[in-house]
Amino acid sequence: MKDVALKMVERAKELLANGEVARVIGWKKGEFYFDPQPASFETVEELDSFVYNGFCGANLSKYLIKMSKKEGKTAIFLKPCDSYSFNQLVKEYRIKRENIYVIAIECQGKLDIQKIKAKGIDAVTEVEEDGENIKVSSLYGEYTVAKDEVLLGKCSVCNKTHQVKDEEIGDSERPVRDGDRFAEVAALEAMTEDERFAFWREQLSKCIRCNACRNVCPACSCLKCVFDNPASGIAAKANDDQFEEQLFHIIRAFHVAGRCTDCGECSRVCPQNIPLHLLNRKFIKDIDGFYGEYQAGEESEGKTPLTSYTEGDTEPNDVFNGEAK
Amino acid sequence: MLKIAKDRLNELYAKIAETQGLFLPIKKAGEVNYAVWGEGKEVSLETLKTVKSPKNAFFPQTENMMKFKTEGKNIEVVDMRKDYVEEGKLFVIFGVKACDYKAIEVLDKVFLAEPVDTYYQNRRAAATIVTLACSRPEESCFCKAFGIDATAPMGDVTTWMDGENLYWQANTEKGETLTAQVKELFSEGGETEVAAQQETTKIIIDKLPFSNLDLSRFKPENLNELFDAPEWEEMSEACLGCGTCTFVCPTCQCFDIRDFKTNEGVLRYRCWDSCMYSDFTLMAHGNSRTTQMQRFRQRFMHKLVYYPSQNDGLYSCVGCGRCVNKCPQSLNIVKVIKTLGGKAND
Repeated sequence: MKDVALKMVERAKELLANGEVARVIGWKKGEFYFDPQPASFETVEELDSFVYNGFCGANLSKYLIKMSKKEGKTAIFLKPCDSYSFNQLVKEYRIKRENIYVIAIECQGKLDIQKIKAKGIDAVTEVEEDGENIKVSSLYGEYTVAKDEVLLGKCSVCNKTHQVKDEEIGDSERPVRDGDRFAEVAALEAMTEDERFAFWREQLSKCIRCNACRNVCPACSCLKCVFDNPASGIAAKANDDQFEEQLFHIIRAFHVAGRCTDCGECSRVCPQNIPLHLLNRKFIKDIDGFYGEYQAGEESEGKTPLTSYTEGDTEPNDVFNGEAK
Repeated sequence: MLKIAKDRLNELYAKIAETQGLFLPIKKAGEVNYAVWGEGKEVSLETLKTVKSPKNAFFPQTENMMKFKTEGKNIEVVDMRKDYVEEGKLFVIFGVKACDYKAIEVLDKVFLAEPVDTYYQNRRAAATIVTLACSRPEESCFCKAFGIDATAPMGDVTTWMDGENLYWQANTEKGETLTAQVKELFSEGGETEVAAQQETTKIIIDKLPFSNLDLSRFKPENLNELFDAPEWEEMSEACLGCGTCTFVCPTCQCFDIRDFKTNEGVLRYRCWDSCMYSDFTLMAHGNSRTTQMQRFRQRFMHKLVYYPSQNDGLYSCVGCGRCVNKCPQSLNIVKVIKTLGGKAND
């Protein structure tokens, strides 16, 4: 991964130095190895703080809505999963493809510092990636952890490949993680209605309405969310009403249904670790079942199952009665 | 000093709960937050940082303030404030860490100053705060930079915990009253164990990466210079404008007041607001802060410059590190302090 990061920096320097692009979007070093932050770089000097490592889990695509409107071309480093969000944003006319230079980058699966800490490893000062393991130094000791055990949830069942690129850096081969991304959804479906209600009620009761899930979501790209608009009559900041709280996440999942690429950012950023991606995956699974396999973000144009009509479409009644195909 | 074996803590909780409400760090669906204790709840005193801070017990995220009932041409205003002390509805909040306790002092200066916020005051008056010293701080902790001693929190009662026991020491009259109620469960002793733990913990605190942040540049006379710093643009660039930092912060105190139409008239409530939100400063004339950079700058200027300039130099950050752990894009106050705080922080 270090080699890939070096190649990325070199390429970014070239692109900026020869004026091909006005800025590069990537990640910048944090205080630790495990807290890089998304950043844009406009000069070769700024790239001194560039970093790419196992903790660059953030999906950068959504920043293009803002960045690609600026003067000049914007280069962006996209991981395989980010490229689906990119295509979806192009499809929805939120970003202009011709203003952007896409560099597809290698990803071996990104890591979750919270999962490392959940193993009882706290006061982490250093992390070193070492093949399939990571070495963690903390004020309380030294540890070795298998990467597979501390992957971000979205990475543990990832089978995504680059959907868009102007060039590619690094190896597109990566470990096959053949986990079934619908296994958790199937487990929820297997519950009784009461059990499922209890599950979501307990999870969603933790919600603090911070809106991190919405704000990070590349599919939630409205300039002004209806819930932020005092004139809408449904602006909602309070989180006391259990019913409303639960509806917020379900409405949001409906709103992004058919457009959600399953990038998993909603669950990555939730401060209460609510598995919000499961709502979206339920919709994805249903769409696959009702209309045939469909992956949002594989294409940057064309009709989608929920925005087109065919005579063979599943009828709402069949869905309601559980008789859908 | 008193002590009780850890495996008898449930008896202690039950004893306290006989006469009053008891808030403890309780695990639900994988996360630990303060909640009302009851039999069968999974208490996690070991958790260093609850997701939401204990401020929720005094300044709840959402709270009803009053009702307006109309009848003919009359409007009846129903006061929804409760005098918990008068009603005998006292409560104990147990397990508060030193940073979070300091944060309550920060909130007191806002809510208990004239004009007094009586909703907050009523809850404060009804509460007995039992703090718990830290013994295993982590890398995102930096309370020491704000002069807080994590091994000796104040509060009505201070407790320490090791592998075997919980140690208990009353500090105030409220603390003595609570102690009298539960004393039969305790035995004397613990001074040596507590002193030893404090010594060990302090060595770790000194090694924490942010323990020695230099805050000296954050003072009123540098207000304009800090406000105009060009670095704000870059620091705020990745900010999503969500409210995570604000809502997990133990000192953030802003709220919005809204009216809600019900079948029985109008309900006026307040709820936490976030200066990160686009409609935060929206007024009839428009919005005085139109960019995320301005909102981001406001949050940190408030913590590090505006609040201290009005409160004898007291910062309204206590170094709990929740924002360090929880910001979706890894932005946080430490990065701000290091960027603007000058060379001493390199």
